Amino acid sequence: MQALKIIYNGLVKQNPTFVLILGMCPTLGTTSSALTGMSMGLATLFVLVLSNAAISALAPVVPDKVRIPAYIIVIASFVTVLQMVMQAWLPALYAALGIFIPLIVVNCILLGRAESFASRNGVWASLCDGLGIGLGFTLALTAVGAVRELLGTGAVFGLPLYPGEYGSLLFVLAPGAFIVLGLLIALFNRLTGKA
Amino acid sequence: MATYIAIIITAIFVNNIVFAQFLGICPFIGVSKRIDSALGMGAAVTFVMAVATCVTTLLWQLVLVPLGLEYVQTIVYILVIAILVQMLEIVIRKVSPALYAALGVFLPLITTNCAVLGVALIVTQKDYPLLMSVVYAIATAAGFTMALVLFAGIRTRLDITERVPAPMRGVPVALIVAGLLAMAFMGFAGMKV
Repeated sequence: MQALKIIYNGLVKQNPTFVLILGMCPTLGTTSSALTGMSMGLATLFVLVLSNAAISALAPVVPDKVRIPAYIIVIASFVTVLQMVMQAWLPALYAALGIFIPLIVVNCILLGRAESFASRNGVWASLCDGLGIGLGFTLALTAVGAVRELLGTGAVFGLPLYPGEYGSLLFVLAPGAFIVLGLLIALFNRLTGKA
Repeated sequence: MATYIAIIITAIFVNNIVFAQFLGICPFIGVSKRIDSALGMGAAVTFVMAVATCVTTLLWQLVLVPLGLEYVQTIVYILVIAILVQMLEIVIRKVSPALYAALGVFLPLITTNCAVLGVALIVTQKDYPLLMSVVYAIATAAGFTMALVLFAGIRTRLDITERVPAPMRGVPVALIVAGLLAMAFMGFAGMKV
């Protein structure tokens, strides 16, 4: 029950993209289609779950003064693991996401969760928190990617919904990323009654 | 010489780090509310980016590649950036308290600015020689500063107006304005340099 509550918290109440407005660079840079957005979200989820668990286990023995560099090294190590795994088994996806995979290291969501949650809670709770926040991030990236792909090419996940020639290329290009994300955050604000 | 000019123009306008490469968005959205703080952030980023790119390029060429340690690139680079930022903070505080007062608040934020790590990685990927790497870093940082200052000018006006619908206030409308700016920057995309 507790675990579900933590996951729900990450997915909706503290959604990293729509509520906390963190990790904007991958949200804009990798969402030209629903599939790349989702892949980026899952890659971040993978690192976040592992780093959260490792950091909550290490937190009691890490001196307070060096905790931030220590967390960064833990996160960077897991990112390196992810890079090697993707290079070995998913080379096409690794090439498509490009520089944004190593840049997971500087995604503020990871350090933010390490500092505000994992360092104060047990391993199991931190694992659930990583899962919830990671899923929230994946959901947001998939949503942005799906809207951009739909408006830009007339398809979602490559599944055509209307003829491609009616699509507006703008939404696949850089300006569309900013505009779609802005509108989606506004919609989320409206739906959750925050504004 | 011509290559250098091409690199500079491409990095500032055609491939602007914020509007075309989506790096450094967090400070772009967070810090760009006033023009003077945008300039301060831009100066701090330029400084760190130039020094960090110089150090990481040297490390890559002289240490990591000869020893076959390419796979620890991410860890080494982020450590270098974190240490550099920390050192810069100490040095600036001792040497120039005035500069520290101007840049001090921005320095800790730069460690997690993905533009710095991003540029270091891009330069390695493109296999630029040392001087070209540093020129590329400075030009990219100039593009970043320009984006930040342009955006700050618009946002000060945006804060005054009351016509923005409630759910759109703050970040959403800022992102849409950034989208319009990105559209303007697409005009440079056809430029042949």
